[in-house]
Amino acid sequence: MGKVIIIGAGPAGLSAAITIAEKGLDVLVIDEYMVGGGRLLGQLYEEPNGNWWNGIKESKSLVERAKNAGVEIQLHTPVSNIERIDDEWVIYTESEVHYTSHLLLATGAAETPLPIPGWTLPGVMSVGAAQVMTNVQRVKPGNRGVIVGVNVLSSAIAMELKIANIDVACITLPKMNIPTEKSADPMEVMNSLLHVSHMAPSAFVKLGSKLMTNDFMKRMGITFFPKNGVKMWDIPIMLRKAVVEIYGDGKVEGVKIATISPSGEVVAGTEENISADFVCIAGGLYPLAELAAVAGCPFYHIEELGGYVPLHNEQMQTPVEGLYVAGNITGIEGAKVAISQGVTAGLAIANDVLGGGLESNIQQAIADIETTRDNAYIQFHPEVKEGKRKLQQYWEEHQNKSVAITL
Amino acid sequence: MTNRILNHPVLDPIDESEVVTFTFDNKEYKGLRHESIAAALLANGVRTLRHHEESGTPRGIYCNIGHCFECRVSVNGEQGVRACLTPVQEGMNIESGGKLLTTVRDWRASQNG
Repeated sequence: MGKVIIIGAGPAGLSAAITIAEKGLDVLVIDEYMVGGGRLLGQLYEEPNGNWWNGIKESKSLVERAKNAGVEIQLHTPVSNIERIDDEWVIYTESEVHYTSHLLLATGAAETPLPIPGWTLPGVMSVGAAQVMTNVQRVKPGNRGVIVGVNVLSSAIAMELKIANIDVACITLPKMNIPTEKSADPMEVMNSLLHVSHMAPSAFVKLGSKLMTNDFMKRMGITFFPKNGVKMWDIPIMLRKAVVEIYGDGKVEGVKIATISPSGEVVAGTEENISADFVCIAGGLYPLAELAAVAGCPFYHIEELGGYVPLHNEQMQTPVEGLYVAGNITGIEGAKVAISQGVTAGLAIANDVLGGGLESNIQQAIADIETTRDNAYIQFHPEVKEGKRKLQQYWEEHQNKSVAITL
Repeated sequence: MTNRILNHPVLDPIDESEVVTFTFDNKEYKGLRHESIAAALLANGVRTLRHHEESGTPRGIYCNIGHCFECRVSVNGEQGVRACLTPVQEGMNIESGGKLLTTVRDWRASQNG
């Protein structure tokens, strides 16, 4: 019996590996980063009960548990291709070729870039890049930054920068153009922020967001949104300003911002410069699913899940034989959901390899994903459950079609 | 000059015990073992990792987790190594990339104009 291969050593991949190894099977986890933990590594926030969710500690403990369970982890190993030959998956890394009957893709998410004039200057980086530099590599991305893009991820990371004593001049919108459209529309952004208002430390912001339950109130909110923004953790969040250009000679020296109308149009003559030595671009996360595409898995675009996701069922199994998915590749959610999805995928794989016997554990694990989702502190999309429901429907349609073809 | 976050209010202090010496474009720098090439250079105030092959404009890290390949450098003669994913090591010889002669672009318009 060969070993199960998992691509991605983040919370989903590691928890799947632990689950499979604890059932007595051999597991190899491959990841291209230099430390195990994936995007969990950068996470740092205070939970409502006053405890800190420390991504580095959580990652270390997952890696430790995996190693104790006998999991082999190969770091700093990029996977360049996968293909199915006969009845096996062939995984090509830069140094070796691996074979397996059961392959789990837990490749996580990537950040959507927002093209803005000047964005190739050294000092411009994705907001996740600044998070990794600060919390994982422990080097300041700069002394004073501007964050372009107002969303759950950028607000959370702004706070992390603040904790590390890095000055954030403001969080603001990008100038509206075709690719930035949604991120640049104040109304859209306001809508997406309202469901995370419970994270705001100010009672005023919490109360304000409760009042914004209908469109008229939201429109009023945007129209009268203070030009200099409202402050969250002492950082101005400006929904009525947009970055029109990032400037600097050979590196970032600042951004040019302008006032925008409630619908996102730049008001001429309002441009001003804000000095900064780094700029974070925050376009939000999307499932990183290239390997599933290479493997021939069908995809569906589901807005609520963050983009194109590979088709899969509740047991994290795709319609492609021997191919499973778990974590943010299945939709953008927090690390705790990824962990419970990893457990489910791990059980489904072990059940298939061992020829059954784990059905009730799988049902329990599926129920646990739902509970974790309901209790999640950070929800990246308010309608994530609706997204999952759509996916389930696509799965059933796909199954019915396959049956029809077979008949 | 160092931009390292030595004492973080929540996270553990970093291990500064193992210092490595490496070169970037023939200049010597010191970094910490277990940090990435990109982090070691940024801690030394170096943001520009290469110049674009066609336009010659400076580039640094963008995604910092290996997706975008903006941070590609040469390490001990091997091209296309991602500085954000590669741990810095003692004696590493790192070189940035520069503008290349390109045959990709259609130059006719600019020649006629």
